[in-house]
Amino acid sequence: MSEHLHLLHILHELQQKHRYISEASICEVAAQLSLPVSQVRAVVAFYAFFYSTPCGHYHILFSNCTSCGYRAGGTDLLRLLSQKLSVNIGQTRKDEQVSIDETSCIGMCDHGPSLLINGVPLVHVDAEKIEQMAALIEADKPLNEWPSAWFHVKDHIYKRGLLLDSSLSAGDGLRAMLTRGREGTLTEIIQSKLRGRGGAGFSTGLKWRLCQQAAGEAHYVVCNADEGEPGTFKDRMLLQQHADALCEGMTICAYVIGAYQGFIYLRGEYRYLLPHLQATLMHRRKLGLLGTAILGQTGLEFDIDIVVGAGAYICGEESALIESLEEKPGIPRSRPPFPVTHGYLGQPTVVNNVETLIAATHIAYKGSAWFTAVGTPASTGSKLLSISGDCAAAGIYEYPFGVTIQQILEECGADNAQAVQVGGPAGTLLDQTAFHRQIAFEDVGTGGSFMIFNQERDILTIIHQFATFFAHESCGFCTPCRVGTILLKQGLDKIMIGQGARNDMAELQRVSELVRRYSHCGLGHTAANSILDGLQHFPQAFEQQLTQYDYTARFELNAALQEARQLTRHDGKEAHLEQGQD
Amino acid sequence: MVTEPESKFIRIDDREIPFVHGQTIMDAALAAGVYIPHLCHFPGITPQGNCKLCTVEVDGKPLTACTSPAAAGQRIRNNTPELNEARKALTQMLFIEGNHICPSCEKTGNCPLQAMAYHLGMLHGHFPAQFPVREVDASHPTIMLDRDRCILCSLCVRASREVDGKNVFAIAGRGTHASLIVNTASGKLVDSDIEPSDLAARICPVGAILIKEHGYDAPIGKRIFDQHKINEIGLEKIYIAGAKSDDS
Repeated sequence: MSEHLHLLHILHELQQKHRYISEASICEVAAQLSLPVSQVRAVVAFYAFFYSTPCGHYHILFSNCTSCGYRAGGTDLLRLLSQKLSVNIGQTRKDEQVSIDETSCIGMCDHGPSLLINGVPLVHVDAEKIEQMAALIEADKPLNEWPSAWFHVKDHIYKRGLLLDSSLSAGDGLRAMLTRGREGTLTEIIQSKLRGRGGAGFSTGLKWRLCQQAAGEAHYVVCNADEGEPGTFKDRMLLQQHADALCEGMTICAYVIGAYQGFIYLRGEYRYLLPHLQATLMHRRKLGLLGTAILGQTGLEFDIDIVVGAGAYICGEESALIESLEEKPGIPRSRPPFPVTHGYLGQPTVVNNVETLIAATHIAYKGSAWFTAVGTPASTGSKLLSISGDCAAAGIYEYPFGVTIQQILEECGADNAQAVQVGGPAGTLLDQTAFHRQIAFEDVGTGGSFMIFNQERDILTIIHQFATFFAHESCGFCTPCRVGTILLKQGLDKIMIGQGARNDMAELQRVSELVRRYSHCGLGHTAANSILDGLQHFPQAFEQQLTQYDYTARFELNAALQEARQLTRHDGKEAHLEQGQD
Repeated sequence: MVTEPESKFIRIDDREIPFVHGQTIMDAALAAGVYIPHLCHFPGITPQGNCKLCTVEVDGKPLTACTSPAAAGQRIRNNTPELNEARKALTQMLFIEGNHICPSCEKTGNCPLQAMAYHLGMLHGHFPAQFPVREVDASHPTIMLDRDRCILCSLCVRASREVDGKNVFAIAGRGTHASLIVNTASGKLVDSDIEPSDLAARICPVGAILIKEHGYDAPIGKRIFDQHKINEIGLEKIYIAGAKSDDS
């Protein structure tokens, strides 16, 4: 399958060209790809980076992450820019010059407040830069004439361990693989006890074994590079600096399971990495490390295509990712059957995280003993952490599994931490009493996000931001997540504006438990984690916002009557309730 | 191949229930006359498990009965106060998410969502009503699409594809913005090939898809749930047949 023919890529090009995707375009694309028009329409509606009305020539999306978001620096940069440019948030300015909105974490958490402008990351935003940006936009300066330093994404690596300390030349892992043979290589992966680095921690060796054994017309390898968990950016660095080892890991997996085709599913926010990844693939084809007769071996055949997402956190869930690969909305499938037996196009498919595949390359080369020498018995090897928030040195740290949270805090210069969110909004919110705990699958698991909050932070505000994130990212498939995430956000809204009563905390608890237990997939299962953790460990953050009453209305009655007053054109004193009347 | 179906059982609450390979927990339960509350499941149509009402505890783990394969020895809890409480909350969520005004809806009395609310002892919506603004599609001469009442169960989507051999509907959009769309260039029902006799036009468990000009054929008191309770097995035939006789 050629990359440019993928529905998401065609829609991206239309979006770039026309700044929106018209109904006419939807019908044309449906005809071109022989897809139902409803499928194309559903895809356009599902992914956040496709619009049905025109965006501005400059389309700006501020990250709303707690670490790289528009409020991370203390000032509300989103509001500031909208004022400077006289544009309403979420609306395109009348002259169509500019549109501004917010988006979920863009993975720039080690770069301070950041945004995407026409899809390109612009980092270290502050009030001064907002001023300059507004002037450049009004002067209609093309982005390539903007200061190039603004777009410079740097990899801040502060601690190297097992993986980052090792250097491999392209092909090293593959040659070792051929020496060990198919079964020998798989045995090495199994014996390494490597577990998925995306967070779920499923045994990589077992996944490969199950896929290898599954009957199918074809087998597929998919790299999950949809690094969407807020606070995570280690895959961004790995894709930039270790793309060769990644492709090699995919090729090794392909050899083990018998696949000829692989996909890298790259999150839309990382589209700027696409040229680099394409160049890596080209280079490897030239070196005989991809394509036909890999390393001169007849019959050893494998190649990789890249599919770029378009703004949907849910596509990090492996079955939603596969749906997206299949040019559909990213709705998680019912499991079983699992992707190892029924994945891409219904065929046996391995989906592995970027870091997992790179670790597999190193294990194939260096052997399982090298890997199991580090970490804990249940969590072998190392973990790349993306550390952000209130610390002196935000960046990437590679630790052996088993490291304590306290040690991490000391080493990244976080001396005033009140709380740590491990594993992103979907993970665990820990207070100081838990800082002795370890990063490990058997203790505090994480896909890599590690966000630090100091004593000055309001925990309730953070929890509210997380709840807003999940309400925005819920795919809408199942009742508890679709409705529950909205109710949770609204419940927190009510407490935040000072309308909350004791009963509202109990209600948050009840709805949270319902969403966690009854949702269809991991998004719903984890969406209420921070609320439940917050209620347990930081009850005072909620309590101090409560009113004195056992029960209060969600709304202020006098304000709620405004629409009725407008409709009836009665706005006199008699149409207003007396203030302070309860 | 010789199999002994009688040797395969699951246990739902206190009942041993036989099943054959390939059946889901829901299939086996319905065949044995055991009711598991459900709204997005319909016998003969590929289950999807989106409403979550049929969630049961299988060896302690919550799973949707309509999508989970039956496996020998499963110990399943179904009719328990905790599960029914959760089902009630999910039903309340479906009510407050849309605009369900039963007294003014022509589906009242024939509506599985409404009957489910009664079955679960739901007396009010409990959660804050969302009052969404959704589009009505009255373009088709004989079929009405009122999205205010749609609960996104996708039964019409699946029925159209699997039974009618058409592809009239789809769900588009994300989260609370998800909505039922029509697979035509105009997005209007009138341009589709749907017909009132299609299962997709009759399967709706709420008043979102209605056959026009038959709304009040059956008077209050003689409607389906005036005479039946939703936990009776096999009511689906009556929904469809009832709708058909309305149309004659």
